[in-house]
Amino acid sequence: MTSVRPPIFDFDDAFFWEGANEHKLLIQCCGDCNTLRHPPTPMCANCGSTNNQTTESAGNGTILTWIISQHPTEPDAEPRIVILVQLDEGTRIVSNLIDVEPTHDQVLNDKPVSVCFVDYGGTVLPQFRLAEVQK
Amino acid sequence: MNGTRAVIAGVGHTEFSQNSGRSTLQLAAEASRDAISDAGFSPTEVDGTVTFSLDTNDELALIRTIGVPMLRFCARTRGGGGGASATVQLAAAAVESGQADAVLVYRAFNERSAHRFGQPVQANPDPAWNWASPFSLNTPAKVYSLTFQRYMYEFGLTNEDFGRYTVVARDWASTNPNAQFFERPITLQDHQDSRWIVEPILRKLDCCLESDGGVALLITSAERAADHGADAVPILASSAIQLEGGHEMFAYYHEDLCGYPEGRSLAEQLYRQADITSDDIDVAMIYENFSPIVFLQLEAFGFCGRGEASDFIKDGHIGRGGSLPVNTNGGLLGEGYIHGMNNIVEGVRQLRGTSANQISGAEHVLVSAGRSGIILGR
Repeated sequence: MTSVRPPIFDFDDAFFWEGANEHKLLIQCCGDCNTLRHPPTPMCANCGSTNNQTTESAGNGTILTWIISQHPTEPDAEPRIVILVQLDEGTRIVSNLIDVEPTHDQVLNDKPVSVCFVDYGGTVLPQFRLAEVQK
Repeated sequence: MNGTRAVIAGVGHTEFSQNSGRSTLQLAAEASRDAISDAGFSPTEVDGTVTFSLDTNDELALIRTIGVPMLRFCARTRGGGGGASATVQLAAAAVESGQADAVLVYRAFNERSAHRFGQPVQANPDPAWNWASPFSLNTPAKVYSLTFQRYMYEFGLTNEDFGRYTVVARDWASTNPNAQFFERPITLQDHQDSRWIVEPILRKLDCCLESDGGVALLITSAERAADHGADAVPILASSAIQLEGGHEMFAYYHEDLCGYPEGRSLAEQLYRQADITSDDIDVAMIYENFSPIVFLQLEAFGFCGRGEASDFIKDGHIGRGGSLPVNTNGGLLGEGYIHGMNNIVEGVRQLRGTSANQISGAEHVLVSAGRSGIILGR
């Protein structure tokens, strides 16, 4: 099993990790002007409101860029594909692509992905799989 | 501003090595005394300091060590090496506003023999890492590669393109006696034979050295420098950029993912302040923790168009006899990695005419750390 460094969360991002535990990908949303933001911040940069709400992402997006992460030592002894996803809602998120061989001789840029959740020894992370192509 | 022009009046450094065998405070002290005496000053005349937020040498410990009786100005820069040139900006601002008369800039560490930046982060240093390290984005090489991959994809580059930069840097270093890679040039094949760090983006020879050492600068007014007989180099422009879409080390959340928007904003500020254009730059010192960052900065500073840095380097512009010599000390890949501060020293050497790889008639030198930069000139 891949081992991961757990997040050390605080007031500003606890909702995200609690949401992940419930298998929800939450995006912070201003309760006053509806601006979405990720990574989370304790105030809306658009209107100054601290009425911080969340909205559940549909979990669909595309891969902007990706790398294969591997290091001789734990926690990265097993290779993982790291991706930066452009979510359909407009925000971006760093995550991993699973169920794809971690080989570099493929083009993953701009491929559609959809979210799933994986429990890595008690740490639940939002992860992504390549999306089924709609015919 | 009271019309005073700030200058770099003195530079100092220790040797750059894999194992200094002494404390970082001693390295800071040696480099500092060296810079102060290079400027013709006495430690008792220093009344300000600037260093990195990350520097572990406390100001009080340093002044007690080198004999500075009182500081009336202390400042530190945000972030890591991207803030290297911001040290000069802060020191110049203090001098030009009258907050200090003689500001000592210092940076010293045992980055090879003690804490190595290239190792994976063990615990998230701050909340921003929650959006990286749980997903295995936990070394500078990986964090930067996520941007470099998009750049390679958009412009059809391979790792061999990046290797051409390393070959040039190692060529410059080979004739710089102060460089850790003095007399050790490489071929493109040597580069391609080095092991992968992040396949297929970065090989070992795309990564900067990890070094032990210290660098210091003495910044004061042109008038005071002249009174002390210093061979002073004027600071024509200085700026440091932080962008809203930036996060920790890179602008993952900025619309322009791999155009290096921080660098573009920085270039605008510097050229406007110095009232020059990219054509007027004779030597460019460009912070390179990893070789591809040179490509992004060459483009951001307008030395070539977007996606053209690879051809610019292939055509020989940045090496010996080129139109824009880059990192003539060997840079952070060739001379040593003192968090970018050694590139400022080389910028000063070029304008004093004392570089091991002197570019004749150099009048304007850019020293860019990507997010912060200065233009030095005669």
